[in-house]
Amino acid sequence: MASEEHRQHVIASSVYVGIWAVLMVLTAVTVFASFIELGDLNIVVALVIATIKATLVVLFFMHLYYSSKLTKVTMVAAVFFLFLLLALSMTDYLTRHWLTNPMH
Amino acid sequence: MAASDIEIAEHNLQHHFADMDQQRETSTFGMWLFLVTEIMFFGGLFCAYLVYRATYYQAFVEGSQTMNIWLGATNTAVLICSSLSMAMAVRCAQTDQRKMMVILLIVTMVFGAAFLGIKAVEYHEHWTHHQFPGPNFQFEGADAAGVSPQNVQIYFSLYWAMTGLHALHMVIGIGLVTWITIAGARGHYSADYYSPVENVGLYWHFVDLVWIYLFPLLYLISKKHGG
Amino acid sequence: MATAVQATVERENYLNHDYTLKSWLLTKDHKRIAILYLISITAMFFVGGFFAMLIRLELLTPAGDLVSSDTYNKLFTMHGISMIFFFLIPSVPAVLGNFLIPLMIGAKDLAFPKLNLASWYIFMIGATFALTSMLLGGVDTGWTFYTPFSTTYSNTHVIGTALGVFISGFASIFTGLNFIVTIHRMRAPGLTWNRLPLFCWSNYAASVIMVLGTPVVAITILLVALERLFHIGVFNPALGGDPLLFQHLFWFYSHPAVYIMILPGMGVISEVVACFSRKRVFGYEFVALASIAIAVLGFLVWAHHMYVAGISVYAALVFSLLSYLVAIPSAVKVFNWTATLYKGSIRYDTPMLYAFSFIGLFTIGGLTGVFLASLGIDVHVTDTYFVVAHFHFVMVGGMVVAYLAGLHFWWPKMTGKMYPEGWAKLSALLVFVGFNLTFLPQFVLGYMGMPRRYHAYPPEFQVLNVLSTAGASILAVGYVLPMIYFVWSLRYGKDAGPNPWNAVGLEWMTESPPPTHNFDETPVVTWEAYDYEHQPDEEVTVGR
Repeated sequence: MASEEHRQHVIASSVYVGIWAVLMVLTAVTVFASFIELGDLNIVVALVIATIKATLVVLFFMHLYYSSKLTKVTMVAAVFFLFLLLALSMTDYLTRHWLTNPMH
Repeated sequence: MAASDIEIAEHNLQHHFADMDQQRETSTFGMWLFLVTEIMFFGGLFCAYLVYRATYYQAFVEGSQTMNIWLGATNTAVLICSSLSMAMAVRCAQTDQRKMMVILLIVTMVFGAAFLGIKAVEYHEHWTHHQFPGPNFQFEGADAAGVSPQNVQIYFSLYWAMTGLHALHMVIGIGLVTWITIAGARGHYSADYYSPVENVGLYWHFVDLVWIYLFPLLYLISKKHGG
Repeated sequence: MATAVQATVERENYLNHDYTLKSWLLTKDHKRIAILYLISITAMFFVGGFFAMLIRLELLTPAGDLVSSDTYNKLFTMHGISMIFFFLIPSVPAVLGNFLIPLMIGAKDLAFPKLNLASWYIFMIGATFALTSMLLGGVDTGWTFYTPFSTTYSNTHVIGTALGVFISGFASIFTGLNFIVTIHRMRAPGLTWNRLPLFCWSNYAASVIMVLGTPVVAITILLVALERLFHIGVFNPALGGDPLLFQHLFWFYSHPAVYIMILPGMGVISEVVACFSRKRVFGYEFVALASIAIAVLGFLVWAHHMYVAGISVYAALVFSLLSYLVAIPSAVKVFNWTATLYKGSIRYDTPMLYAFSFIGLFTIGGLTGVFLASLGIDVHVTDTYFVVAHFHFVMVGGMVVAYLAGLHFWWPKMTGKMYPEGWAKLSALLVFVGFNLTFLPQFVLGYMGMPRRYHAYPPEFQVLNVLSTAGASILAVGYVLPMIYFVWSLRYGKDAGPNPWNAVGLEWMTESPPPTHNFDETPVVTWEAYDYEHQPDEEVTVGR
């Protein structure tokens, strides 16, 4: 039947459950990591863990891993432009105090 | 008698598409593009958060001390579970397990409602402590901690705006899941036509994604004070 | 003979297959939705024009004697809001793009016809909010809604207007989303990316901006409304907020927004120049890629609107450099259009007259943009009429002229009627003369120091202001005439065949007006874009 050929890739249930387990573990990790004093690294650790979790959700729960190149490019583009908003705005905020008043 | 897969597919083929493949790929791509707009929509708030956290870090630390980490973590877990049930529901749609799909969609909604319930508890807590921005905002302990209450108010403004916008999206998500649950129960979907289920699933996972970032950014700023 | 006439009259097309109001208001046909948009945005153009008229009347005399300064603030605010959000941004995409893109790619409709109709309703709801706010007393913050004036100190209908803009932003997002998906997924067999008309490339690039940028201004406007309602302090310095954060978020969209406005116009010019030179657009690939480059680079330059607002000078340097870069792809396009004209077989029909105007006026507008990108010059001319002249050159001399070019070029396709060429040429001339007389003096005024958004000015500026107002009156006539003769042509215009211009393109290979389903059979494309070498010059092309 024509419909059989066009059926989408079906991910095994075990994969979904596996991803779920990793996400739960990472959630616990991020909570406990926040109790450890790491100074400036705390935010880095938190964001890295969050990004790993996000990547897993996007790739597997949202099937991006199995999607067309166009869809992948679209997602990357969105993240890239968000990054532009954040990064270029910060060029202002991070450098405002570089020129200090010489009278001080 | 339930319609066959092919009949369901053909019934749903819209006139301007050549075939179901084109329709399916088009509608899914459309949903991904919509999620791009959602990323940029929340992105503006993340930008504001970044700017003010960089500027008023201590105030953000103080403000986040009032967050209940365990409720937040529970909510994170709840959403992850809801994403699992949603992904499994989509899988059931793909494999023609209609009854299981409906059950899993209902489970997803239950998780979603649980999230909103816990959020309501948290909001109530903050509200009764006058931790809502505006003329009635109060934050005792600001002076003791050496931060300006106005700067703490900015933290709370972002907390309410970001979690509020997220909660609004959850409510919409539950509404969408309700729609496909009913349609699914009526046998509107098949292994050849389940785009609405897939696309609502994408939306649901996206809402989970936003929370994956909101949780550490709002709740886990610093535990210097030991919680 | 009687039979032939009868056959023409009875042929079914998208206009005559159902005359009921319901069939129009519930249509999913992209062509009808384009006409709905045409009517709406034309109305908003005249709303904006009305405010412009009052502004120019006030500026006839140095004293602020026609209206109070508060009222003057409302006038330029509402002029900007009507023109930018409710006319310029939808104009070419929602009217010409909606009508033509499915035809140009050989599709039956856009990817999401119901979303398309929803987009128009959302636009109308947004426009209703904005117009109601205007009627209730208007808003005086400038179209830019700068904080903390808009959030804390203004006593006018900020939230109502902001809501109108917020809502209509979703119309823009949905249109952009629809176009991107359509161009990716619904092209006819054989229509590869490098055979795609440049009009589609331009609208695609503009749609990418719509999808990425509009949500940011949406959330920003929402924050302004929240701040106004709940005094949350995100943008209020008295409460620790940073007004510049508003400006960063606002301009992150509003700068790319100007490319949303101009890119589709550039697409029109590519089509018109090719047809009326009877030549392929020179450097097709470069023009296509330049559209994408403008869209991407356009996101990197927003803080050039904030050089003197208080941002760090190091950030200003970065943005200044990037702003120079964004001029390059625009220049590439101008060079390529000019090269297309070279050794072309030029015809001076009205669309081409507008295209010539565009190339000249857009070049001036674009170059003055490069002046403004320079930090040193900008410090001198920022917030003066130099800036006002710059953006009117690109927006009015560029975009509105391109829109008129497109309307005239595709009017026969959309309505099956020809407009009267004599009157059209006269209007084009009036637009060109009126426009230059209105806005060239403003460059001088700005350089000499006349500030923008002031209703009174030193007496030595009066002569130039009077010239400017005189020009505006001529320009107004140039805009009103097409209104009249286009409507006239619907009844009395000559019947246009499928391809009155002998143009190359799928849209010209179906009837005028097209049938509801566009093509009787899905076309299969085997020719390159702008294949004018193989298009006979004098023969009338018969529709499919």
